[in-house]
Amino acid sequence: MTVRILRRALLALTLCLALLPLVAGAVDDPSEMLPDPAQEQRAEAIGAQLRCLVCQNESIEDSSADLARDLRHVVREHVAKGESNKQVMDWMVERYGNFIRLRPPLTIGTLLLWLMPVLALLVGVMVALRAFRRPRTSAPPPLTDAERARLDDLTRPR
Amino acid sequence: MNNTTPPPSPTRRRLLMATPLVLAGATGVAFWRMLSGMSHGSFDPHDIHAPVLNKPVPDFALPDQPPSQGFGAADLRALRTPVLVNYFASWCIPCVAEMPTLNTLKAQVPIWGIAYKDKPEHALGFVERAGNPYARIAADRDGLAAIDWGVSGVPETFLIGPGGIIRWHSASPITEELIRTTILPLVNRLKQ
Repeated sequence: MTVRILRRALLALTLCLALLPLVAGAVDDPSEMLPDPAQEQRAEAIGAQLRCLVCQNESIEDSSADLARDLRHVVREHVAKGESNKQVMDWMVERYGNFIRLRPPLTIGTLLLWLMPVLALLVGVMVALRAFRRPRTSAPPPLTDAERARLDDLTRPR
Repeated sequence: MNNTTPPPSPTRRRLLMATPLVLAGATGVAFWRMLSGMSHGSFDPHDIHAPVLNKPVPDFALPDQPPSQGFGAADLRALRTPVLVNYFASWCIPCVAEMPTLNTLKAQVPIWGIAYKDKPEHALGFVERAGNPYARIAADRDGLAAIDWGVSGVPETFLIGPGGIIRWHSASPITEELIRTTILPLVNRLKQ
């Protein structure tokens, strides 16, 4: 009895393990893949760099959204035609903008983003230096005659 | 070091005091504008920046979707007056919600529909139930023309100016507010 259950469990486990590559593989349908393994690998590398515009935080290789499947198909078509990675990427950016790239390019905007901590630190150091250099206590201006008279009045013992 | 530095002049001190207040005020106004834009649909932080804007419509030619005649890039480029191109699908709930609004808009600007990944009979049923706001309807069955338009989902709407130039784009459903504040003013400007 227990042996039978064990054997059944083992069979289930083996099946799961056998199916694992299918689950772990990016493309859900093997018929989507290109026949040439080198080209398929290249298509997968490109797809991993492209954002799925439906889920917005997954690559099209990881997403099972309809649009992601269409885009995977388009990428494979372009790769099969012999286009370079850059050509495929440019084709996508032309349609969906830089938003489709999971790794954004270095532009003035992104450069500013990268440099912002350094700039903030520099400004901070400059402000701090100025504050430290300024004398802590500058001598107060001398009292006027009226002020001196009032001070004498206030401090005179009663 | 000299010990006789005079204290900051009153104007300088007032300026120093005002700077953070002015900055905080400006930030507040910017956030308020973003939030109010989000509540009436003119600003969507999830919106995808459309690189197709101010460019000619992409090359495409799509077959008829009953009950209307299909169209292609050549038809849009031959236009002398603005037209709204609306991607829709019978299986898309926001598209259903958008139909009454499109029906009120069709008198002011012709709307051309593109059925996205839809069975012809389903799209036909959908359009008939909705009271057909479309002057022409094309069928994009495999959704490949949509990729050339930069469409990421339905509904998605483009305002096409004379000569087939894409002048405005929305990835969210059309609302009365959008028509009043954005679409009609643009249409009127493009008609001149």
